[in-house]
Amino acid sequence: MQAMPETADQSKRPDKDVRPLTGNEAIARGAWEAGVRVAAAYPGTPSTEIMESLAAYPAEDLHAQWSTNEKVALDVAIGASFAGSRALASMKHVGLNVAADAFMSQAYIGVNGGLVLAVCDDPGIHSSQNEQDSRIYGQFATVPVLEPSDAQEALDLTRLAFDLSEQFDTMVIVRGTTRLSHTRSPVAIGPRSEHPSRGFVENPAKNVMIPAHARRRHTAVIEREAKLKQYLETATINRWETGDASFGVITAGTCYPYVREVLPNASVLKLGASWPLPEGLLRRYCESVERVFVVEELEPVIEKELRALGIKVEGKQFFPREGEFSPEILRAGFEKAGVLEPRAKRASWALEPLARPPVLCAGCPHTSSFMAVRASGARVAGDIGCYTLACLDPLRGLDTTVSMGSSIGNAIGMAMAGDTKPVMATIGDSTFLHAGIPSLINAVYNQANITVLLLDNHITAMTGGQEHPGTGKTLRGGDAPKVDYEALVRAIGVTWVRTVDSYDLAQMYQTLREAIAHRGVSVIISNRPCVLDPMKIKGPALAIVNEQCNACQSCMNLGCPALTWGDDTFEGRHKVKIDQSMCIGCTLCAQVCTVDCIKPAAPMTTTTVTQ
Amino acid sequence: MNRPNASGSSIESEQLRPIAAAAKAREPMNVLIVGVGGQGVIMVSKALASLAQSKGFEVKQSEVHGMAKRGGTVFSHVRFGPQVWSPTIPKGEADILVALEWAEGLRWLAYLKPDTGIFICDTKRIVPPFACLNRRPGSPLRYSRETPAEVKAHVAEGYAIDATHMAEELGNERVGNVVLIGALSTALDFSAEDWEKSLAQFVPKKTIAVNLDAFRLGRNWIAEARTNPAKIESPATKTAAPAHVPYSVRLEITAEWCKSCDICVKLCPERCLRLNEERIAELAQPEKCTGCRLCELLCPDFAIKVHLDSPKQGVAA
Ligand SMILES: Cc1ncc(C[n+]2csc(CCOP(=O)(O)OP(=O)(O)O)c2C)c(N)n1
Ligand code: SF4
Ligand code: SF4
Repeated sequence: MQAMPETADQSKRPDKDVRPLTGNEAIARGAWEAGVRVAAAYPGTPSTEIMESLAAYPAEDLHAQWSTNEKVALDVAIGASFAGSRALASMKHVGLNVAADAFMSQAYIGVNGGLVLAVCDDPGIHSSQNEQDSRIYGQFATVPVLEPSDAQEALDLTRLAFDLSEQFDTMVIVRGTTRLSHTRSPVAIGPRSEHPSRGFVENPAKNVMIPAHARRRHTAVIEREAKLKQYLETATINRWETGDASFGVITAGTCYPYVREVLPNASVLKLGASWPLPEGLLRRYCESVERVFVVEELEPVIEKELRALGIKVEGKQFFPREGEFSPEILRAGFEKAGVLEPRAKRASWALEPLARPPVLCAGCPHTSSFMAVRASGARVAGDIGCYTLACLDPLRGLDTTVSMGSSIGNAIGMAMAGDTKPVMATIGDSTFLHAGIPSLINAVYNQANITVLLLDNHITAMTGGQEHPGTGKTLRGGDAPKVDYEALVRAIGVTWVRTVDSYDLAQMYQTLREAIAHRGVSVIISNRPCVLDPMKIKGPALAIVNEQCNACQSCMNLGCPALTWGDDTFEGRHKVKIDQSMCIGCTLCAQVCTVDCIKPAAPMTTTTVTQ
Repeated sequence: MNRPNASGSSIESEQLRPIAAAAKAREPMNVLIVGVGGQGVIMVSKALASLAQSKGFEVKQSEVHGMAKRGGTVFSHVRFGPQVWSPTIPKGEADILVALEWAEGLRWLAYLKPDTGIFICDTKRIVPPFACLNRRPGSPLRYSRETPAEVKAHVAEGYAIDATHMAEELGNERVGNVVLIGALSTALDFSAEDWEKSLAQFVPKKTIAVNLDAFRLGRNWIAEARTNPAKIESPATKTAAPAHVPYSVRLEITAEWCKSCDICVKLCPERCLRLNEERIAELAQPEKCTGCRLCELLCPDFAIKVHLDSPKQGVAA
């Protein structure tokens, strides 16, 4: 048994209601407590649970929605602010690229009801296409960026963000990272304060961005920045923690706990806002210590600003510009900088870790779509979603992936540039609605010769199963009109459209062949629900008749995780076996078996669907 | 805030010992829980975090959702104590490593404290499709080869439990993770009742009974393993790789029978076939061909025959 540590000092949190919350839940709580009335988001790891948590608060308190994409979500929130209500938009870092047009202009307009944008970055690229640093957007648009370091601050700073927004007439960014979003820690919660609507304020000079107005607003924005800096000189969200004066650390957000972990007694200036920066405070702090280190994940935003002020600081020469920080990385940096004694290295057991790349679920309908895509011999422009995993062995079914909705535009370009293979775009249902429709219209308009495979699994799967306009349900589970993809695609001028059952491989192959043979834009909708969301699908499992299996491993081409090598071999190759607990009975493996030896494990019963 | 570095500097002198113990009590308890997506790693860590929280510790529980919904690596850091800074456990500082899958346990082994860390691991193997890609005759499974005995020799205290099997015997293979919670409970100073209370919050109402059985089973298993280590030796997980048989592959393609349908080209797993100028199938990259016979089996016109020749004896019939 391990010796137990001491418990926490309870006197620090007298008679408060303390709950364990993740950073995302705390941001949602903060927004609710601040009296938010309209909230909108498009899902994206690690930000998704902010909106899901907000939807758990009463509908009388706030309207919460999944929007079709991040630009729409931000526009909805901006609209609510115009109308005088407190509003929140949340998204992942790359979502802000999609919303950037509205974001940049809104920065000039400012707010009526408080407007907060929660953006979650993904240092380390746990589940994203890049690791851009959203703080630079704050700098770019001259919008303040608050950075919580744990769930308690996530709540407190989100509440404060609404107040600051109204006080300084600006949208405010609350910036998190994956680590903040998905770490649960104790949070003292409070009641909701109501902020009745201020009503729409008619003021075209502020609200209508024509050049004459925008020029004046730009001046206002620059004045606003000065006022914010002034405020931050003395704001309590910046914390000067004194310690040994031989060196000091300037840090913010989720880097702060790592700094404290490795340097419990050091002098630290913890900034609550990483943009804009209070010059006077920074100068005073830097003069109080002999050496100054800036510890920030990703880009040297604070470091560059300090250098611009002519202050000598150290940072990115010791702490990397890429990847997620950890106590180990900080320790290594401070050792290199000579302020920590190097630890004795202990030789550890050199093990080669098992490669376990992410895979599609057993029975995932994307599996068969990509078996067919692969057999079509096409050049495939891919997109973002669970189906991006089809780029890996054994499916290896897509050639490119850029950003949400890029596939169709990329395919048009490839076709126009004269790729020697037939060109195809594969795009998920949620992604198609998010950013695929304009590019499909473009394909029709410019008469591209491409095939678009719309992978309709009836859900936004990769981010955990969110509703979207094609599912017929809203965020709160209410009924909604459902997009009719065939009708939509025909309405924009596509003449060749077919819907196929993804689990019918022969039909998938045949339809893809015909679609490719068609000159012009052809659209195939592969139609089967995701096996995990919104309902878990588990049919009767299949089994392999071991004596008949000839170990050709044709079924292994699917990459279904329920299929693995058995112990027996044939001609030196392993026969295959099916993990009964994982198999959902989609029958795809039976369809590709060359000797027809994959059969129901037990006599057929009806499919069971469990919640 | 006076927490000294956890550098484990060896303070050996008698008079320093109480100070070292007091300092140790200011350091958080670090429990790392790992497994494969869909196994219930998060449930285990929530049950522990909630228990520690209810006992007055400050708790941080941190996890990362990877790209795959199922089947990917999952890990959750739980730290509790008087004060917790980093949400993640530094490498080499985990007091306990609980693994719901064998190879995942091995992946995180370096996170354990070398001198005192406790390793609790299910011997269940979830073999990823990626480990079964090589179709060459005699090629080994690409899965970790270390045995429980080897691993135990490398950790301060180690338990390899066939928890999944035990759960199956209880009639619900999904409670394997709770067998491991039972095992984990023996490494921490919380009472069994408190554990059971915490557990009950996180399992479906209908399954509370079987979960409590699983919990007790895991707890008793460790007690037994401590008193009688020889009795509970887990089954060895080492699988012998089939002996490698030297062989060569030859494709016999009857051009007259090939009708250029290119089914073999599109479905060859190694993508080593192509249609030549006359649109007849040919082996373009012989070095990649594994002799799996898929083309032979799929050709509708029997135009391809695969010959697997071994210098010593015919592997094929
Ligand atoms: C701009 C942007 N917003 C959000 C995301 C996060 N994201 C990645 S995949 C995905 C959903 C894809 O859903 P769908 O296209 O239906 O495919 P599925 O996962 O269901 O197969 C989302 C929202 C992102 N990568 N980029
Ligand atoms: S979550 Fe759904 S869409 Fe994603 S891999 Fe699993 S079955 Fe496929
Ligand atoms: S039927 Fe075959 S392909 Fe489908 S889930 Fe089961 S093992 Fe996988």
